[in-house]
Formats: sequence, C-alpha cells, structure tokens
Amino acid sequence: MRSNVVEYDLIAPASLPATLALLGENPGRYTPIAGGTELMVALSAGRLAQKSLLSLHKLRELRFIDVLPEMVTIGAGATFTDLRRHAVIAADFPLLAQAASWTGSIANQNRGTLGGNIVNASPAADSPPALLAYDARVTLVSVRGARTIAYTDFHVSYKKTVLAPDELLFSITLPRRFGAHRSYIRKVGTRNAQAISKIALAGVALISEGKIAEIALGAASLREVPTRCTAAEQVLRGQMISSGTIGGLIASARAALAGEARPIDDIRSTAKYRAAVAGNLLEEFLRQLV
Amino acid sequence: MSEINLRINGSTHTVDVPPMKRLLDVLREDLKLTGAKEGCGEGECGSCSVLIAGSGEQAELVNSCLVPVLQAEGVEITTIEGLAPGCLSKTDGAAKLHPIQRCFLEHGGAQCGICTPGMILATHHLLAKHPRPRLEEIQEGLAGNLCRCTGYMRIFEAVQQAAKAAK
Repeated sequence: MRSNVVEYDLIAPASLPATLALLGENPGRYTPIAGGTELMVALSAGRLAQKSLLSLHKLRELRFIDVLPEMVTIGAGATFTDLRRHAVIAADFPLLAQAASWTGSIANQNRGTLGGNIVNASPAADSPPALLAYDARVTLVSVRGARTIAYTDFHVSYKKTVLAPDELLFSITLPRRFGAHRSYIRKVGTRNAQAISKIALAGVALISEGKIAEIALGAASLREVPTRCTAAEQVLRGQMISSGTIGGLIASARAALAGEARPIDDIRSTAKYRAAVAGNLLEEFLRQLV
Repeated sequence: MSEINLRINGSTHTVDVPPMKRLLDVLREDLKLTGAKEGCGEGECGSCSVLIAGSGEQAELVNSCLVPVLQAEGVEITTIEGLAPGCLSKTDGAAKLHPIQRCFLEHGGAQCGICTPGMILATHHLLAKHPRPRLEEIQEGLAGNLCRCTGYMRIFEAVQQAAKAAK
C-alpha cells in the first residue's frame, strides 16, 4: 500500500543552527532526511512511520570534504559521488572510494550521503566496513554542543545508535596514516551492480619485518551492526607472516572469526553461507599479504 | 500543502502540493509531464530518471521517485520532454530528435519504451562525464536503468553511436 503523502510534513530549515535549534526544541519529533534514498523507498512502500521530516539536503554546512595533513574530515552530507570524485579519498582511502562505487546506482550515488548510510544503521550498509578498517571517528552535534567518538562505539544494537533525539551526525574523520598499509575489500552480493551485500569485508594491514604489525578488519552482515572483527585481529596481530606460517595463520584467524560471527538467515542469504564466505574473504586477504 | 516553485525544462511552474510528494508524481500528475515513468518506485529501475542541477553545478542524474518535491525547489530540472523540445511537433518532430534519441531509434535501443526516457537521460549524463565512454563505463553509467526488452546490447550500441555522433 502506498502511503498517503498528505499525512506527511517536510520542512527545510535554511541553516545548520536553525536545524539544530528545531531538533533541540522538539527532541524526537523530526526525522532528518538527506538524499532520501532510504526513507523515500519506505514512503513509496507505505512503511514510513515517521510523519514529520526535516530536510538536510540543502545544508551546505554538511556537504564538504576537508583535507588536512594528518586527517580528512568528510561532512555527513557528502554524497557517494562526492567521495568518488575526490582525489585524496581515492589516493588515501581506496576502500572507501571502492565502497562508494558499489553503493547503489549512479543516480543513487548522486543523492545518497555518507552520513545517511551510517545513521540508517543497516548491518549490510556498504561504507561502514571501510570506515571501521580506517579507524574512523564521528562527530555528533546538537544545540548542547559537539562530541567526537570512535565509530566503533556508534552502533549499539540492530538499527540502534548512540545519537540522541536532538543530535545529528555532523562529520566523519579518517586519519591519513594508511599509506604503507596493504588493503582489501570485497562485497559479495547476488550480482555485481546494485545488490545489497550478503557479506562484505574490508581490511588494512601493516607488514613490518615479516610481521603483521597492525591489522584492522571491518565487516558488514556479520553481526547485528557493522562490526570490527576484533577476535580475528587479535590472533593475527604481531604474528610472522610467510609462506611457511600462512596455513596456520589462516586456520587460527578463521576459527577466531567464526567464533565472533553472528550472521543471520534472511531473504538475501543464510547464516551458514555468510559465516563460510566471511572466512573465505579473510583467507583471501591474508594470502595477499604473503 | 506547500506552494513550491519548480524550474523544469527552462520554465517556472508553481505547484501547491504536499512537500513530501514525490517529484515523479508532481511531474506526472500535477504537470502532466508523463515522460518519466514509474517502474519500481524504490530507486532500482531508473525509469523515473531526471536530471537535476543546482546553481552553477553540473546536471546530475537522479531517480525522481526518491526526491521529495520540496528538495527539488530552486534547482534546474530536465525531463525527457526538455531534451529536444522540438521533437514533440507532430509535423517535423522526427527531424528534431536529440542525437541520443535518434541513435536509440536507429539502433533498436528502444522497444516497449518504458525504460527509454530514463535510458536517454542516463546516457546524456554519462556522455557529459565520459564523451567517449568505454564499454565498462557505459555498463556502469546505465546500471541503474533496467530494460526487460532489449538485452542491453542494442542500447550499448546506441550509446556508442551517440558518442560518435556528438564528436
């Protein structure tokens, strides 16, 4: 059933301060809408529960990519197209550029925002594995002020985040320290274009003197929230990696990953398939490091 | 209801509509611009594609089924009706088709016609970014536009011809 659009209200404050003031005066009343690639689908399908919406689409304050020597800060309103076209994102954060390129179609990338992808909080979303692997931090703003937290602390449980009712996601910050790291990302969906992932894994690793000095793994659809694979990271960190040790490393990393994975059966895949393929992706990454 | 001014194909239209009404529905129901079609209504099929340009910005392809009409205020919207306005003439319309339209016609890139307005606009957007697109660029540029008739090969040929024609 199509929603009755007359029942819905949408307002578009002209500035970020005006937006935050409205959210502060009426906490929980308004649902922010940016590019609409998620909420408008719900509207068409007759399952958009929120009746009062607040447009972020034209807020220039949210649409930026700031490059500093040590970090890049991406406004929550930057679109996937903005990410794909940015030379520093392509050079320093190829996993994010790659994830942006397989988020929906070109038309969806022109509208969909990085902030929306994060706040919508789907465990299958495309950008979170890359952001997790890159140690992203997120800045949340409200009339009460701003706070910056590790992205790993943002998702609390299925579709639940730490955002307070009067808060907006303002920006995502990535440290520019992965130039010497090896990186890996793979999304497994039903087809190449426009598929929601069954499972996805992004990873970065720093190999130094034959050892895995650093490793970070971010996964989609492995648990109820986008997640770092900390158990697998832990068994890999500090280990020698060579053609002689790789067999044992793969076995222990796969076992650790299987232990922390909590995939589900749903219309896109099965828990068994997801767990098996997550292990295969991790193995593929590790073999590339030798 | 909100009074909203829309710039469409070079003309200004004022509509009094609910602000969350989909741009697609405003185009089709309120303005009788029925070139944009509804296929899936969830941003997967591209048959409702239109081009939108903010001031001083390059036109971007969007799915009009996913755009609340309030967000379309103050931007330049191009629908299939605006690509080559002369082609709507009943006397010499065929001669005034946009080169992309002509290439789709000549190469069998249009069959039932439901996806065609979106395909043409997606091709327009693609060629603006990649004047001589490689096959992979065509495939990616049109990946959000589904066609159930042609099997896509004739569409790819039409796009390649349109790129040559524009040279």
